Amino acid sequence: MIELRGITKAWPGGAGVQALDLSVPEGECCALIGPSGCGKTTTLRLVNRLVEPDAGSIRITGQDALAQDPVQLRRGIGYVIQEGGLFPHRRVGANVAVVPALLGWDAARTRARVEEVLALVGLDPAQYRDRWPHQLSGGERQRVGVARALAADPPVLLLDEPFGAVDPLRRAQLQQEVLALLKRLRKTVLLVTHDVQEAVLLGDSLALMRAGRLVQHAAPAEMLARPADGFVADFLGADRALTRLGLFRISDVPREAASVPGEALPEATTLRDALSAMLERGVTALPVAEGGSLTLEAVLASR
Amino acid sequence: MIGWLRDHPDVFLEALGQHLALSAAGLLAGVALALPAALLLARRPVLAGWVSGGAGVLRTLPSLAVLAALLPLLGVGFTPSVVALALLALPPVLLHALVGLQGAEPAAVEAARGMGFTPLQSLLRVELPLALPQVFAGLRTAAVQVVSGAALATFIGGGGLGDLVTQGMALLDTAQLLAGGSAIALLALGTEAGFGWLQRRWERA
Amino acid sequence: MRWTWRNLDSIGAALGEHVLLVGAALLLAAAVALPLGVLAARRPVLRAAAMGGSAVLYSVPTLALFALLVPLLGLGFRAALLALASYAMPVLLRAVVTGLEGVAPAVRDAADGMGLTPRQKLWQVELPLALPSMLAGLRVAVATLVSAATVAAYIGGGGLGVLILTGLDQGHTEKILVGATLVCALALAADTALRRMQRA
Ligand SMILES: Nc1ncnc2c1ncn2[C@@H]1O[C@H](COP(=O)(O)OP(=O)(O)O)[C@@H](O)[C@H]1O
Ligand SMILES: [Mg+2]
Repeated sequence: MIELRGITKAWPGGAGVQALDLSVPEGECCALIGPSGCGKTTTLRLVNRLVEPDAGSIRITGQDALAQDPVQLRRGIGYVIQEGGLFPHRRVGANVAVVPALLGWDAARTRARVEEVLALVGLDPAQYRDRWPHQLSGGERQRVGVARALAADPPVLLLDEPFGAVDPLRRAQLQQEVLALLKRLRKTVLLVTHDVQEAVLLGDSLALMRAGRLVQHAAPAEMLARPADGFVADFLGADRALTRLGLFRISDVPREAASVPGEALPEATTLRDALSAMLERGVTALPVAEGGSLTLEAVLASR
Repeated sequence: MIGWLRDHPDVFLEALGQHLALSAAGLLAGVALALPAALLLARRPVLAGWVSGGAGVLRTLPSLAVLAALLPLLGVGFTPSVVALALLALPPVLLHALVGLQGAEPAAVEAARGMGFTPLQSLLRVELPLALPQVFAGLRTAAVQVVSGAALATFIGGGGLGDLVTQGMALLDTAQLLAGGSAIALLALGTEAGFGWLQRRWERA
Repeated sequence: MRWTWRNLDSIGAALGEHVLLVGAALLLAAAVALPLGVLAARRPVLRAAAMGGSAVLYSVPTLALFALLVPLLGLGFRAALLALASYAMPVLLRAVVTGLEGVAPAVRDAADGMGLTPRQKLWQVELPLALPSMLAGLRVAVATLVSAATVAAYIGGGGLGVLILTGLDQGHTEKILVGATLVCALALAADTALRRMQRA
């Protein structure tokens, strides 16, 4: 659990973060969004005290982070940045082993753990352990970055635009995989992104910032349905209603028992894709593979 | 030191004049060799590689050794000193010019060919102008090297400000020693700064 | 060649002295440049002073530097050593500073974020990544030193320059050529060795 209370940080040039209250419950992922320069990265770096707050309190898994030695604090928090920030002079295995080495783990335990986390992020240890960072693709580097953050099994992870440098074709799969992994491991995650789709996809909650202040903090469906003001609505985009439909699946809404003709969709299909199929076929009801049918009224009622 | 300068203005001015003459002659001779060589080599990458390697070796050789090694061939005095200084000036100008010529924007060279320039016209009117900043950087390095090296000409009877140092040492005349040392240092720093200024003016123009 | 055969041992001694002079000056220069470079790399004012001072010091011709230092340091091996070290120091200092500044900000950030102490970050991340730049600086420093050490014979530093300078004095061509050839060979050998190291 991450709890920020009244956190304030002023930069000499202005901006920064002002009186920010934000909490991320244990095992959840909070996606921090907002326009460039609004203070997302600053907020993230306040949590592991790479930036020291001027005022406020920070609690991580119940403990006062500001009372701890910052170096020790950081060893207990996973940190992933854009491009991974891998050490170019160390092989993949040694990169993943950085924090275990700092914590004084013995060689056997470290080695076993390196293999374990590489496998977790979908990289074959035998194949990747002895490679150099420059021999990896952008996506692979990012996976190694995540593995490195997970190595000492920290309860909390901070991710700053972790998928920003991954090519768009691979990004979606990497996002899904990492999200599923962090959920499975019940990590508490603060994720910075400027991409609304990514935030909606990965966040249990969205925290939207503007000029150093938190404007709205809510579940994605809630924020998309009821933006707090025009700024939030604009930031979420004119297609926010469609984005929101992407959060629900056919199985989430009531169905008609009677079937209709046409090619059936599986009930795991998102309402967004289902609506798209209706528009494409020019119909107001679609058959569902698992039985029954989905009507346009049911899609609209999900608002 | 100031006192020495006041008492011996003629000695100082003669040494300074010799130093400038040595440096100018050495630099000019070096450039006169290096630039045409670079133009000839620009289209011959294999030969250019060999020559660059040789120039790199020449650049690594200690100045005093180069100066001394010429003595059995050329004797002592002004001329052998100029030859040695030209050898010091040659590598930086040649290497920089080659880098500049070979690094000329391929699109510009291609465009020149497309417009019907002969290879020689392209070399002189497109590649050389594009390489000029590099040539100038080489010239600056060479000038500083030559002014420094000219201080050593005193050891083979070439004269220059180095004479003040050697005479000061021989006569245990600290004032003369310091006058010589300061003059050489200031001349080198002034050359570095002056060529740097010219280079910046040039790049802005 | 008669002179050479009769004086092999003193020629060898001169070569040994030359290597010693270069090696000792290099160590002394590195002992100053490394800590100073580390300090300067994170302090803009000190950095500006160090880089500016280095550029000026490095542009002062060898003979001028020796002439200016003789009244301060006197003559002999120790004076030559100090003069040579002050000549090589700026080269190494620049190399340390540029090497440290070349470390990617993301890499530093990751090091801090994972909980490396500033000292651990310096030794485990920044210095290893600055190594190529430091090696390049070392190569320039060694070439400079081998050359300057030849002139150092003039202030009683010993080494191969003694053969050249006394040879010039006595009009002894063989002596001059032996000295010049050996010092050139030393410069090339050291340069080749360091170039190999840079590649490795
Ligand atoms: N170390 C710093 N010193 C001064 N100003 C900073 C520093 N870091 C960030 N800022 C300023 O704080 C503001 C917020 O930056 P940041 O948190 O990086 O924004 P975001 O990640 O949302 O794009 C920006 O205006 C930036 O210029
Ligand atoms: Mg940011």
